[in-house]
Amino acid sequence: MTSTEPVVSVRDLRKTYGAFTALGGVSFDIERGETFALLGPNGAGKSTTIEILEGYRNRSGGDATVLGVDPQTAGVEWKARLGIVLQSTGESGNVTVREQLAHFAGFYPHPRDVDEVISAVGLTDKSRTRIKALSGGQRRRVDVALGVIGRPELLFLDEPTTGFDPEARREFWELIRELKREGTTILLTTHYLDEAAQLSDRAAVISGGLLIDIGRLDEIGHPDARIPAVRWRDAAGVRHEERTTEPAGVVAALYATHGEVMGLEVVRPSLEDVYLQLVGGSAAPDLAEELS
Amino acid sequence: MNTIALGLRRARYETRVYFRQGDTIFFTFLFPVVMLTIFSVAFSATGNVGTNPDGTGGISQAAFYLPGMIAAGILLSGVQNLAVDIAMERSDGTLKRLGGTPLPVVSYFIGKIGQVLATSLMQIALLITIARFAFNVELPSDPQKWVAFAWVYLLGIMTSAVLGIALSRVPRSGKSATAVIIPIVLVLQFISGVYLQFSLLPVWLQNVASLFPLKWMAQGMRSVFLPESFASVERSGSWDLGMAALVLSIWLIGGLIAASLTFRWIRKDS
Repeated sequence: MTSTEPVVSVRDLRKTYGAFTALGGVSFDIERGETFALLGPNGAGKSTTIEILEGYRNRSGGDATVLGVDPQTAGVEWKARLGIVLQSTGESGNVTVREQLAHFAGFYPHPRDVDEVISAVGLTDKSRTRIKALSGGQRRRVDVALGVIGRPELLFLDEPTTGFDPEARREFWELIRELKREGTTILLTTHYLDEAAQLSDRAAVISGGLLIDIGRLDEIGHPDARIPAVRWRDAAGVRHEERTTEPAGVVAALYATHGEVMGLEVVRPSLEDVYLQLVGGSAAPDLAEELS
Repeated sequence: MNTIALGLRRARYETRVYFRQGDTIFFTFLFPVVMLTIFSVAFSATGNVGTNPDGTGGISQAAFYLPGMIAAGILLSGVQNLAVDIAMERSDGTLKRLGGTPLPVVSYFIGKIGQVLATSLMQIALLITIARFAFNVELPSDPQKWVAFAWVYLLGIMTSAVLGIALSRVPRSGKSATAVIIPIVLVLQFISGVYLQFSLLPVWLQNVASLFPLKWMAQGMRSVFLPESFASVERSGSWDLGMAALVLSIWLIGGLIAASLTFRWIRKDS
């Protein structure tokens, strides 16, 4: 395998559960060193996609290769090159943070230093605490630590920051940027669009089991969705909004005719607005999450 | 790191975690000790078992129950412990997490079996120590008896461990695991001569019990710890160790096949 080959390659990936189609033919590539986000509403097929790539589920159709190998038949040498952070689990946690990380480090050929990883996820003071005594957010950090302990080439992060407070999320982002600087390829699913915007180079939006858009974060969505809006109120207090590619001109024209107007603002649609417009109306029922 | 070395690491880790779980310590590790104590104390007024017509001789209640409790301990440490433990690990996400790491399945099983060996040996040591020092039970001095103990124990514990692994597949969730497994194990203990004297059971029930491994583990342990004169009470009038070896081996092989065919890190596509 050459280094120019994509780390993840998915072609027409399909997954059906009986009559229900969880994935109806999804294609994308993830290049080496890239951070790629999978976005979409609950039940859209994000977790199904990521679990097929992790080797947990068999696909019903299409092709997938991960690090040059078919995940459906891959063995332990392949797993040694991956890091997997699943959606939260409910393990009994009768081991300390340090015991758990030291134990898992032993599974991998070239693990990271246990104490460095504990420090990177901000759990140094909790390293001798049993995992069951940690808060939800702290347990999630242990999950992330276990995902990176084996020095993975490819890291899967399935909704990694659920339950984090804002400060913990920012610290987590810093950790992910550090992994990215070291060349780790990352596949991320998240509900937080700011998180996707902060971390990812490219994103794919999945809805109803289909890929509805893919591209850089500042590219996804219909170009019209990104047109800024000028808003103001007239003398009678009635709200006005005008979508325009030339907001300064609109404001100048407003000023020329009405002078200073009330409540004047120029708004650029946020990623969230663009995303909501993109998935609006095509949101799938939560069936796939229930099945998973 | 190779598969065996990783398995030994798992065994150390699993054994450490085992002793941090209060419910396992009571219902698996201490249970036979508690039962031996209760039976010995409760029936002490009934006098010795197997006395001469004039009421002399025989052995104490503790001595009489010790082999059955050792056999029950082997069953609990293997079947109950692993079936419940692995069913829980399947439902709480432990297996899914391990399945995403390069840990080989064989290392995982070496770890489980290592934990079962370590904890059951400690359990038997505790049982024998209490029987010897609290209830003054005389232990066999004939080395041949200890050889029989060793092979009955090893064959019994390996059979129990693989059957535990195979049975872990039966409960649909971790929450239902104890409800599914404990009745099986409890019924076996009642019909296999652990709590009730085997020779007093109706013949048809003895025949049913003879299909299962616990009866043979208990009988094998009786051959080690009870005086030779007690052999006459057994079904065939002897300890029948050859039959014990045969039945246990069949269950061991059957359990191995079932465990290796049914074990998966996760229920794919459930």
